[in-house]
Amino acid sequence: MRIVFERRLEPSRLIAILVPILSIVLALLVGSLLLLATGTNPIETYKAMLDGAFGTTYARSETLVRAIPLMLTGLAVSIAFRMKFWNIGAEGQLVMGAIATAWIPLFLLPDSNLSPGILLLLMGAAAFLAGAIWGLIPAVLKAYLQVNEIITTLMLNYVAILFMDYLYTGPWKDKQGFGFPGTASFKELAALPRLPKDLGFGRVHIGLIIAIVVAILIWLVLIRTKWGYEIRVIGENPNAARYAGISLVLNILLVMVLSGGLAGLAGYGQVAGIAHRLQKGIAVGDGYTAIIIAWLAKLHPIGVLLVAVLIAGLSTGGDQITITMGLPAAMSGVLQGLILFFVLGGDIFVRYRLRLVRAVEA
Amino acid sequence: MNAQIPAVEMQGIIKRFPGVIANDEADLTVTEGEIHALLGENGAGKSTLMNVLAGLYRPDAGSIRVHGKPADIRSPRDATQLGIGMVHQHFMLVEPQTVAENIILGLEQPRFRLDMPRVEAEIRELSARYSMRVDPSACIWQLSVGEQQRVEILKMLYRGADVLILDEPTAVLTPQESDDLGQTLRQMAGEGKAIIFITHKLGEVMAFADRVTVLRRGKTVANLVTAKTNRRDLAREMVGRDVVFRVDKSEYAAEDDAGQNPVLSLKNLSALNDRGLPALREISFDVKDHEILGIAGVAGNGQRELAEVITGLRSTTDGQILIGARDVTNRPPRRTIDQGLSHVPEDRTHTGLITNMTVSDNLILKGYRRPPLARLGFLVQKAIARFADRLIREYEIATPSRETPIKGLSGGNLQKALLAREITAGGDVMVAVHPTRGLDIGATEWVQRTLLQQRQKGAAILLISEDLDELLAVSDRILVMYEGRVMGTVRTEEADVEELGLMMAGTEVEAEES
Repeated sequence: MRIVFERRLEPSRLIAILVPILSIVLALLVGSLLLLATGTNPIETYKAMLDGAFGTTYARSETLVRAIPLMLTGLAVSIAFRMKFWNIGAEGQLVMGAIATAWIPLFLLPDSNLSPGILLLLMGAAAFLAGAIWGLIPAVLKAYLQVNEIITTLMLNYVAILFMDYLYTGPWKDKQGFGFPGTASFKELAALPRLPKDLGFGRVHIGLIIAIVVAILIWLVLIRTKWGYEIRVIGENPNAARYAGISLVLNILLVMVLSGGLAGLAGYGQVAGIAHRLQKGIAVGDGYTAIIIAWLAKLHPIGVLLVAVLIAGLSTGGDQITITMGLPAAMSGVLQGLILFFVLGGDIFVRYRLRLVRAVEA
Repeated sequence: MNAQIPAVEMQGIIKRFPGVIANDEADLTVTEGEIHALLGENGAGKSTLMNVLAGLYRPDAGSIRVHGKPADIRSPRDATQLGIGMVHQHFMLVEPQTVAENIILGLEQPRFRLDMPRVEAEIRELSARYSMRVDPSACIWQLSVGEQQRVEILKMLYRGADVLILDEPTAVLTPQESDDLGQTLRQMAGEGKAIIFITHKLGEVMAFADRVTVLRRGKTVANLVTAKTNRRDLAREMVGRDVVFRVDKSEYAAEDDAGQNPVLSLKNLSALNDRGLPALREISFDVKDHEILGIAGVAGNGQRELAEVITGLRSTTDGQILIGARDVTNRPPRRTIDQGLSHVPEDRTHTGLITNMTVSDNLILKGYRRPPLARLGFLVQKAIARFADRLIREYEIATPSRETPIKGLSGGNLQKALLAREITAGGDVMVAVHPTRGLDIGATEWVQRTLLQQRQKGAAILLISEDLDELLAVSDRILVMYEGRVMGTVRTEEADVEELGLMMAGTEVEAEES
């Protein structure tokens, strides 16, 4: 007898649903061993986690707040991945978007009498543009010089993050800020409107609507337009694309403008909707989490929205157990990591199966 | 040596791959001292059966005996120890290394000190004995494809193989080189070695083999002595029905005023290959309307580059390409497509089709930009559905639906879909590269008839093929390429296989102007 690992012919729908669920169950089981080892009750912990993520109106609204940048960066990354352009730089593009967002009300137009609505539109456009330019740099290098985009997009993240750190600890630092690093607040000038509080939306701003609209638009572009068809062809088979006269150069540039711009909008949401200033805590790795989200969603834009909410729930739920259960933050990180590890690892069983084979008669 | 005990005896071999049975109780018996052909269409399971014998695959059921003893072949190393050696269709050679280094690669002896001069002397002796001329100290990349094949054969002989398997050995050879190979194989068989060669060419079976085993859909359907059979019977066994041999060009007669205007013209065209070395040297020719110009040549003599340059996928270093009166030299593929150039590429699944997309998505690859398939940047779903259904119907593409991923289709249907698309989207010029390679007899016939129909309608077709029989059957003129040069052009009626073979091997023959 031996065990062979072979490709499933038609990955069934049932398997595609069952495998992730089983993966999560397994992750929770392994997690409980760890919790038991530290003398914590796993069932209570998991319950606190679930409550912290989705249990109350407040929890749900905070999870959505957390999900907005994940949705936008997830969409940014997935559109680039569709074309097999490995944009690992959503983090940096988000940061550039955040910087541009803060720059307009604080430094470019601080004393203008523009209405907040106009100002917010300008800030959004600036954020999109800043992210797009940051995405264009590796796109140009790749399209014309075949420079590996994984390296360039990743490296530009550090450039952007350090640049932002420099700005809010240096020239842009708030003089009335009691020495805390961060720019002044522009809340009075322009703040993204929030969704109705009485419907339980808490701090959820219209970034959520933007993300949903963007997801639907991307989905339509992909399946209904010539451009979307070209992106799909390039992603599936660049040789065939070249053969059919589709310009790889042009499409790499266009897709990265869109991808970088969307990540820039994520930064816009974080700054204009939540922080109202540039400060620490803008770059918390959403651009990297976005990669996981894009994969789990199989690059489907609507799927990205749903997965982003689940991942956000893991994060808010994880925060909750450090408070109610008194667990160290590292433990919540471990639990989140375990769940992602099992879900991503389990994915291979959707496409492959184990089979027992009887030995060959000699 | 004992003629009573077969060298190889494979019985009831079953090998399953997910979704297919490649071998379904296949049997094969090969005796010492014979050349044995393993005949079958593509996908009949020939290579799989031989890969089982060579230890690359393990069978799901069945038994193997080598020289009468039961053999459990778990790896290529086991096979080597049993004296079984296989020359694969795609050579397994390390390009930057020398012939000698490649031949001893993977051997356990010598363990420490490498006496290269001695190894080279042994190889020289071996190659002299079988008159397979090869310089042991040359690097593989310097060798022609024919020479590389000799290295592969020498590699097996050096390892002491007495059962030699060759997978479609003549695909890369000129007719003369094929004859030489036949001589060598004959000599080896005379020394008592068992030679198995895989082929789907009936001519080779009749010319070289003592006996032939025919596989069809993974099963052994016949085991015949070559002297007591003929091509027609073999073809029937192979396909499972009677086959018409050659498409008849005269059925597709063109009008009287045909062939007047050059549609595709190349003038002193030169280009480099991927390594930056000259691949095309001052190529000039015209393809006229109502004409099929065949390009003959051994693989790797510039044919691929020629097709790429014309279609705009590769840039030229010198010269000019005209479609009609319009200069398309170094214009991107988009422009050549707009000029009505259609292209059946060498590699269907890697270039011509997007295997993960649907039949419908593949059928619109050339026409998706223009109405009625697209309007204002949007794809018109209804028009696309109608278009795809029409092509599926007209070209008899066997598919469950237009929304089926195209990778589920058979090779013949993939090529039908590709040709359907190219003919529909293209104008009156076509570049077809190995359009029947890997297709079964039925599909080959279909493709050749389709090309002739297009010619009858007025198309100018450049047909690049390694199959001389095909070129002789459908082209009006045949141009032979060797090392990126035109060795000569002959009218098909006056073509002589010997002469073509000489040109393919690099002998210049007085070009006949037409």
